[in-house]
Amino acid sequence: MNSTPNPVSTLVWTFGLMSLFAVGGANSAIPEMHRIAVDVQHWMSDKQFADVFAISQMSPGPNVLIVTLIGYSVAGVAGALAATLAMCGPTAILAYYVSRLLQRSSHSRWPSVIQAALVPLSIGLMAASGLILALTSDQSWMAALITVVAAVLAFATRLNPFWLLLAGGAFGFAGVI
Amino acid sequence: MPSDSPPAAVPAPDIPASTPPIQPGLIELFVAFAKMSLAGFGGVLYWARRGIVDQHRWMTAEEFNETYALCHFLPGPNIVNLSVVFGSRFRGIAGGIAAFAGLIGPPMMIATILGALYARYGEIDALRRILAGVSCAAIGLLMATVVRMMMPLLRKRDLVGLVVLAAVFVAIGVARLPLQAVLLVAIPLSIAVTFAMQRRVNG
Repeated sequence: MNSTPNPVSTLVWTFGLMSLFAVGGANSAIPEMHRIAVDVQHWMSDKQFADVFAISQMSPGPNVLIVTLIGYSVAGVAGALAATLAMCGPTAILAYYVSRLLQRSSHSRWPSVIQAALVPLSIGLMAASGLILALTSDQSWMAALITVVAAVLAFATRLNPFWLLLAGGAFGFAGVI
Repeated sequence: MPSDSPPAAVPAPDIPASTPPIQPGLIELFVAFAKMSLAGFGGVLYWARRGIVDQHRWMTAEEFNETYALCHFLPGPNIVNLSVVFGSRFRGIAGGIAAFAGLIGPPMMIATILGALYARYGEIDALRRILAGVSCAAIGLLMATVVRMMMPLLRKRDLVGLVVLAAVFVAIGVARLPLQAVLLVAIPLSIAVTFAMQRRVNG
């Protein structure tokens, strides 16, 4: 990319395409967002990407909000809006048509085959998200320990995730990381 | 986060399916999805089920699971797909847009404000430390979700699934290959193998 295209149209193009490849939801697409935002387009640093992820997890609403924040940091409010709509639009239109199609021809076995085939894929993508984010954020033993403890607590208890995020923030504020 | 859990992980409360579903209007759709979305710290799915099935009784638990399963196998944010499919089922395209706008509009405004605050104050040392801590915990939550989603595969000894999972993890997480390239290979391959295995099991 030698010529500098309009950042908003780059956002729309990037996330519009990603929308159709985000198998299993927004968290599956985090490695691709990281690759494009940090490595390809240089929109932000590793550290900023980790911060944006943290903010998106703290704000209420669906996980897709990380895209809003990336868009904002690239091109302000217009970027936030454009990136979010681009990430949601194509797949929403696809969902609309597929659901209408399936209502008409209900008892096909294809949906279950496709779903069984896609679930391991989406788990693999999310695991990759975890790895990439951990490599950017867990730079110290304490940081890694907080991640592990949060993972164990979230897996083993029914604690509201919000408290774990809050506790992480408190440890960070205390300067132990 | 829970919104990305497979449909099997959704607890199904026992709601008698006797009452006929009530038809929500456009404003109702918008407000209901806005409420669910704003309640959903770290995942909207739980609140979506509660609102749609338990509170408003717009769908039975089975209908909700079916709709969510559909939205899970389609690409993109699951809960966004759900809002569109759900809204359009009752009120056509306008209903889909109303539900989608409710789901994404208000939280997007909040996220934009947080983004603006971050852009302005992100360099303050205390805030940097807090965000670093939150981010460590958030990664832990993501990992817990991954393990939770893997449990059914481990329990079923689904070797094919686990190999696909590991291959995608290495290709994206370690080799850092582009998503499209990996999926264009992995999706057809995984569907073909799964289909062949199901045929063999079914005779």
